[in-house]
Parts: sequence; C-alpha cells; structure tokens
Amino acid sequence: MSDFLEVTDVFTHFETPRGQVRAVDGVTFTLERGKTLGIVGESGSGKTILSRTIMGLLPTRGTVRGGTIRYKGEEIQGRAPSEMRDIWGKQMAMIFQDPMSSLNPLMKIGMQIAEPLIHNLDMPKDQALATAKRLLDDVRIPESVKRLNQYPHELSGGMRQRVMIAIALACGPNLLLADEPTTALDVTVQAQILDLLREQRQDRNMSMILVTHDLGVVAGHTDEIAVMYGGKIVEKAPTDGLFKNMLMPYTAALLESIPKMNRPSHTRLTTIPGRPPDLVSPPAGCRFAPRCPAAQERCHSEEPPLSSAGSPGHVYACWYPVGSPVYREAIERRAKETV
Amino acid sequence: MAGTGKAHLRSGDALLRVEDLVVEFPVGRTGLKVNAVSGISFDVMRGETLGIVGESGCGKSTTGRGIMQLPSPNSGAVVFNGQDLSQLTGSDMREARTKIQMIFQDPISSLNPRRKVRDIVKEPLDIWKRGTSAEQDARVDKVLEDVGIDPQRAAESQPHQFSGGQCQRISIARSLVLDPSLIICDEPVSALDVSVQAQVLNLLEDLKAAYGLTMIFIAHDLAVVKNISDRVAVMYLGKLCEVATSDDLYRRPAHHYTKVLLDSIPVPDPSRPVAHGRIEGEPPSPVLPPTGCRFHTRCPAASDRCRNEEPQMRDVGDNHFVACHHPAWGGDAPVSITR
Repeated sequence: MSDFLEVTDVFTHFETPRGQVRAVDGVTFTLERGKTLGIVGESGSGKTILSRTIMGLLPTRGTVRGGTIRYKGEEIQGRAPSEMRDIWGKQMAMIFQDPMSSLNPLMKIGMQIAEPLIHNLDMPKDQALATAKRLLDDVRIPESVKRLNQYPHELSGGMRQRVMIAIALACGPNLLLADEPTTALDVTVQAQILDLLREQRQDRNMSMILVTHDLGVVAGHTDEIAVMYGGKIVEKAPTDGLFKNMLMPYTAALLESIPKMNRPSHTRLTTIPGRPPDLVSPPAGCRFAPRCPAAQERCHSEEPPLSSAGSPGHVYACWYPVGSPVYREAIERRAKETV
Repeated sequence: MAGTGKAHLRSGDALLRVEDLVVEFPVGRTGLKVNAVSGISFDVMRGETLGIVGESGCGKSTTGRGIMQLPSPNSGAVVFNGQDLSQLTGSDMREARTKIQMIFQDPISSLNPRRKVRDIVKEPLDIWKRGTSAEQDARVDKVLEDVGIDPQRAAESQPHQFSGGQCQRISIARSLVLDPSLIICDEPVSALDVSVQAQVLNLLEDLKAAYGLTMIFIAHDLAVVKNISDRVAVMYLGKLCEVATSDDLYRRPAHHYTKVLLDSIPVPDPSRPVAHGRIEGEPPSPVLPPTGCRFHTRCPAASDRCRNEEPQMRDVGDNHFVACHHPAWGGDAPVSITR
C-alpha cells in the first residue's frame, strides 16, 4: 500500500436550511507518488468538494467532515489553516478552472509567482523574481522577462492558466490538484496545457489529481480513474482497464452520452434520463438506481458496496454490473419496449 | 484559412444566404477596429443544419448575431427567404425576426428570473397578438409539452426552480412559439453536463423534424457539431477556412487548421495515441490580423504566397470547399507536412 496519499472513508457534509447536503459521502482511495488520478463526474457529483477537502480549502462554519486523509503518513484532515500553511504550496498545490478570477488583477505576474517563494521558502525578492522568470520559461510563456511586469488582463486565457500553473509549481509541490484546469480554454489551448501538465509532472515526479467532467481529457492523461456519482466513488480502475471493461452502468452511460467523432452525423445519442440525485435526501440503495436502465428491486433498497472486478485495482459499486445476465436481460427488455 | 470567395455557395432553394458579411467594432477612440467577421459567405438550405465551429474570438457568435442584424453588419447581404435583411427598416426587421430565433449558451441568464416560466414562453405571442387567448394557451401548452416541460409546473414556477437543462428547454420553447423557420443556436449545450447535453441535442433533432426547422448550430465542440450538422463551416479569425458535409469534413479535413482542431480533441479512448498535431501559440489579435491567409502565422504549411495572397474558397471535389493555397489534399501541389 502506498503511504503517499491515503484517503479513507472521507465525508464532507454542508449544513443548509434544507438539511445536510451530503456532498462527499464516504470516499476511499490511495494515490502513489508520481501517478495521476482522474476524478470524473457531472456537476454536483462531489468531485470538486472532494479535491477541496483534500486540500483543506473548505469553510469551517456549517461543514461536517469525517474520515482520514493521510499525506505521507501524516493525518491532515481537519487541520486548521494555520497548520495547513506548511503544506500548501510546498507539498500540495491547486489550480482552478477560471484563471481570470484566480489571479490578482492588481498585481504584476512576476510578483504573483514570487510571492509564495518569498513567504514559503524565505527567498530574497530578487532571487524569487529570477525563479519566477525560470518558471515562466518552464510553462513555455514566451518573452518571460517582459511578462514579469505585466498584469493578468494583458494575457490571454491560456497564458493566464500557464501563470496559474507556474504559481502552483513555484514551491515544488509533490501533489498537484487540478480542478477542471482546461474547461474554460479552447481545444487547441487545452491540448497544450494538458501536455504541459504531463511534462511538468514527469519532470518533477509529482502526483496529480485531475478533476474533470470530460472523459476524453482523463483518457489520455491519467493512470487511474475514479468515477463519482452522488458524492460517492462508483467505479475506480486503471485508465486502460476502465475503458476496456466498464462495469458500473453509470460509467457506461456517461461514455455513451458523449457524441463521438467516429460516428456518422445525426447518430442518435444515448441519454441518461432524469437528473442527478438531491444530496439532501439521496435515494436509499444505489444512488444511480432511479436513472439506471437495469435497476432491480434490490438496487432501490440496498446500497451496493465497492467490490473487486477481478483485475487489479478495478472496483465498482453495482449489484448487476454491465455484462451480467440480469443487466443484459434488462437492457434487452427495455430495447423491446421502446421499439 | 482566412479565405474569402463564394465558390461554396449553392444554387437552389436556400432559406438563408449570407454574402460578404463584415462586422467590425471600433476600439475606443484609437481609430483601430476589431475585425470580428471579415467577409464571409455561406448559405443554408431549407431543412438543413449548418454547423459553425471555431475557437473563441473567431467570430462565430458575431456571425450568428450579424444574421439577426444585432448589431447591423458593416457590409454584406443577409438574404432570408428572398428578402435582404440589411435593407429592412426597423418595423420590417422586427417582423422578420419572428421567423428567425436564437437560443443562447447560458439558459438561466437568458430567462427573466422574476417571471413565471409559462409567461416567458407566452410573451412573444402577446407581443405579436397572435390568435385568441385560448389559442395562445393551447399553443404554449403544446410547445412546452414538446420540449418536455410540464405546462402546469411552468405556470407556477420561476426559472430558478428549474435545472440548467430544463431552462434550456424553456428557452427552446420560447424560440419555437412563434413558429420560426430558422433557429440560430449559439453554444446551446456548452453549459450543460454531458448526460443533459445528450438529452437537449436529441430534443433539437426531434423538434427540427416536428417543426420543419432550419438550423444554424454554433459551437466550439467539434464532436457535438458533427453529430447535429449536415454541413459544417470552420472559422478562424473572422474568415471561413473550410466548408464540407459533416462526415466528409471529419473524415478528410483539407485545411491545416481543421486538422489541428480535430487532432486537439481529447478522445475518450486511452488506446488511441495522443495526436501530436499541436500548434504553438494562440490566434493573433483580430485588431491587426495577419496579411494574406490569416492562419499563416501558425500554419505548418505556410509559404511566402500565404503571407501575401489571401486564398479563395475553392472546390476540391465532392462538395468540399477549402480556402488554402496548400491544402492537405486536393491542391495543385499537395504539401506533406513533416515535423
């Protein structure tokens, strides 16, 4: 077992006037040094809250947290921000979706990158700025000397995301959490940023948690994928294994609902009926059961545990996985009904 | 790319024919201007779906708005149903707009948050005094049912009580209520989760058949555009690069920019090698666009000719048109790119 990052039975609930929202509800996984885990899910699946829980970036008021998060053997769950400061930047860093609102509009790029170096590593200012220039070169921003003196509004969206990556990398973290890092960017720029993240991760032997809604993005850039639905991990497997053998009907349905380039135009898309569950009062049993094409009585009453698929590292939470006789029968029956 | 020319315009019964559309915006009082759309031409046949793809800032949304004369283009003709919209006076234009409707990206902000959903959908009928009150009610109920919204609930609820996907359905209902012939969809599914996106795309296909619509579908997601379109136009920096049938464009892109775009899309299949048709950098500023072909600064096949002479749209066979001096195929002297 790895002792780099161990997340065990973590939950994060928020108090709201409507009741407790169970945003993350019992999540367990481990991550090895140098590996990339992709967390995939739709809006409201809990993927962002999970990454913020690991990073310790949640409001204290009205938040109920539980479980353990061990980073390099040390428990970090529930630490106060003052204690997390030793970890933020130097050990763990995070990049966010919107590079515009994550940068300070009134501070020059150079200073924004130098700031963590000065505060965290006690670097003198001139040395920090020289390092900032090197970091801009690392993230392939042309004319880095000139950029140091520019403000965020003078840069394009892709360039700003590169600056965010430079800031995150500044203090040499071992774990990078990237929350939808390319969602706001154009496809050609997205490809550049994903390549950059891969290259930096390899150069620095960093681990990465890549949070995204896009199965295409995780397919090419992760070692392992965890699929989240309704605050839980419903399937987790090595990337190749998952795409070869999807067992949880939700994972399969998610992939099916994406328009594919290699299909002729006007191909009817397979949809997932209904909407994600309300996490104030999630359905009893499997949370996907109300939308699942193969749900049986048991699915509505009894929650399936994560069980092993046989191949190493592949777990799924489903009573009647894709390919099982009950699943196949249910799908066939449904197909007949709709004809 | 960056070509002009009209070789790709077809003879016959086009519902919409746009010729040499130019839209420019002044940059403050500098005397400079943003060349948002620089002389593009295209046509849409009755019952056809034309997809317009391109990255942010390529002018695809401005093109959609230019058709609606919102704002009026600087020059060029927009012939809709035999009528040149750019020549119409205010009240005639208002009348013409009832036949052309738009659907926008953000469904929640395009609905008035203070009104009941049913009233929002009914308002166009009130404004145009279409039919008796009973007829209006019947029409609204039918359209709401067709998009999958319960009319009873719509009468009682405001937009915030619906999810993003449902709000987009409501926007679609509002656009259909006046029985338009052309719908311009500007990134209608970009803000939605993939499972909901599939529902809305299928719905648009169904409604297109049921209401006999012609569609212009503007989006940055090439897989989505491919799925819904009959013909696709690729834009770059205010110009058209390539126009072809949807399947043909994706099977054998002739323009180097189209190829780069296609190669940049992350494919949800880890066994497919990550394509390396990357281009460096980002599109140049539309304030001072490059001379000649506007793509020459980033094109792997650029020659001196591309820097000086703007390519014209030309037929490379099978209804496939490209504006490039050295297309990947179908040119006088095919250029193979080795990098």
